[in-house]
Amino acid sequence: MKIAVCVSQVPDTATRIKIGSDHKSIDPTGVTYIINPYDEFAIEEALKTKEKIGGDSVVYVISVGDDSVKETLRKALAMGADEAILLKSSGYKDSIAIAKALSEEIKSLGCELVFCGKQSVDFDSGITGQLVAEMLGYNCISVVVDFKLDGNKIIAEREIEGGREVVETELPAVITAQKGLNEPRYASLKGIMAAKKKTIAEKPAFDSEVFTEILDMHLPPSKQPGRILGTDKSAVPELVRLLREEAKVI
Amino acid sequence: MAEKILAVLEQREGNLKKVSFEAASVALNLANQLGLQAEAVVVGKEISNLNELSKFGISKLTHLKNESLENYSSSAYAEAIASFAKENEAKILIFPNTAMGVDLAPRVAVKLNSGIVMDCMKLEVKDNEVIATRPVYAGKALIDVKLKSDIKIFTIRPNVFKPQAVDSSTVQIEEKQIDNPNLKTKVTAFKKSEGKLDVAEADIIVSGGRGMKGPENFHLIEELAEVLGAAVGASRAVVDAGWRPHREQVGQTGKTVSPSLYIACGISGAIQHLAGMSSSKYIVAINKDKDAPIFNVADYGIAGDVFEILPALTEEIKKLKS
Ligand SMILES: Cc1cc2nc3c(=O)[nH]c(=O)nc-3n(C[C@H](O)[C@H](O)[C@H](O)COP(=O)(O)OP(=O)(O)OC[C@H]3O[C@@H](n4cnc5c(N)ncnc54)[C@H](O)[C@@H]3O)c2cc1C
Repeated sequence: MKIAVCVSQVPDTATRIKIGSDHKSIDPTGVTYIINPYDEFAIEEALKTKEKIGGDSVVYVISVGDDSVKETLRKALAMGADEAILLKSSGYKDSIAIAKALSEEIKSLGCELVFCGKQSVDFDSGITGQLVAEMLGYNCISVVVDFKLDGNKIIAEREIEGGREVVETELPAVITAQKGLNEPRYASLKGIMAAKKKTIAEKPAFDSEVFTEILDMHLPPSKQPGRILGTDKSAVPELVRLLREEAKVI
Repeated sequence: MAEKILAVLEQREGNLKKVSFEAASVALNLANQLGLQAEAVVVGKEISNLNELSKFGISKLTHLKNESLENYSSSAYAEAIASFAKENEAKILIFPNTAMGVDLAPRVAVKLNSGIVMDCMKLEVKDNEVIATRPVYAGKALIDVKLKSDIKIFTIRPNVFKPQAVDSSTVQIEEKQIDNPNLKTKVTAFKKSEGKLDVAEADIIVSGGRGMKGPENFHLIEELAEVLGAAVGASRAVVDAGWRPHREQVGQTGKTVSPSLYIACGISGAIQHLAGMSSSKYIVAINKDKDAPIFNVADYGIAGDVFEILPALTEEIKKLKS
């Protein structure tokens, strides 16, 4: 079986965001980039699935972006993915345009099972997987914390408010990975060496219309540091009074 | 036929959720400004409280109905909503940004060839266009965006838009049978988690961090949450240590929350944690290190020992509530 994993590259979560001079994106100076944390769960699940079904399964990692994204693809190869594809694109793309590029590639590869992270921790929309599924006409289960594949049948658990839904569907399908699905493996030294030798296929990303226009990016109003009311429990009555009378939240 | 704004309501176990009324109010408000007509739609089997919508000024609610649609099915719900939106020439659709809304809205967007903006915290009309404001980088920044597509979809963050009751309005409820729903993907069971409330929906959150020293001490957090009717949250450090389930994690790789009150206990306030909670309306920090970064965002703080302060705080609030 051919399995695809869609990955994105995001600023390190420790990044302090500075707004860029265009007021539409962040200032990239000094920002280090990492593989989107949720995509590591997606890669791990793809690798586990391949190991389980065996045969001549292939795991492809696919990303949309510029040359710098090769580093992230390299990391996915080092974890054990077989092939990496960079869909080259520069400039702003919204989730729909990215999903379109990914789904065109997945279609031409003929992948039946697709894993994505449940969201990218940059734009946080959390919809790429669902969009890809709908564009391909595949079934989809999002925010998955437990995944079982039995022949053609999928039984997964997805996280929702107040609990988990048990969801059943069939291949072909897109699964979006939530933390808790698995423990992503570390790249082995052997994997890292092998990844260095692999070539990353490069193709232009499918060029589609972008519906979303960013008018402005700005920082949230900064919070004024508040009052420290004391250092022991004698401050508690005052805290409760303030929450009740000033903040009016209890 | 007047062009429409459609509020897509969410029901669970046959009950409209609170966020549905928020979506309805948002739809009505936008419709009034844009000169469109606001309507609502909901998918399900029996729904007991549809009439509650009458308080919120929406004149018509369509219930897309089928025996087999009691539980969520992404394939069936998406098809039902998309074809209803097409038939009714909906120009704008408002979904709640809940687990269901996030699953459903993008699929409807593809079916309608519509643009989509998720997790909106503000929707404003300027020059007859909807400008949405949403957080990015887990709230470290905000963007103002507009959609250029003919049909537009927005999802709204729960608890941010307050539902506005309208004097003496009525809602006409229409049932529409859905034939042969597409059940390719369906929910077969629901496993309720032990925790009472989910951080994503709660108005008050009491969160614990590594300063709680061990999972056995989280009863202190739970007791305070109980008297406040709050949800329990956690930092990633305690989730990774296995003290708390990951669904409670607040932060950049956990949930981004904006309750009216967030109480951080024994949490240092690492940038990834702050990213997820700093848009809370009021923040209280309890941390014995007075220099902890959490105090930079807290409205009120006590620079002391959680083991002393938490029980006292629980007692004080109990007194107040009795
Ligand atoms: C990729 C990535 C993603 C991440 N995502 C998240 C995320 O989503 N959410 C998140 O929370 N973190 C996240 N982190 C982790 C984050 O960097 C911090 O490590 C984490 O938030 C620290 O948790 P903490 O505040 O509970 O623990 P610590 O930083 O260890 O702080 C414990 C605090 O407790 C105080 N304390 C100790 N004893 C007491 C006492 N008796 N009474 C009162 N106070 C006491 C201490 O003074 C200290 O300030 C992420 C990190 C990475 C690298």
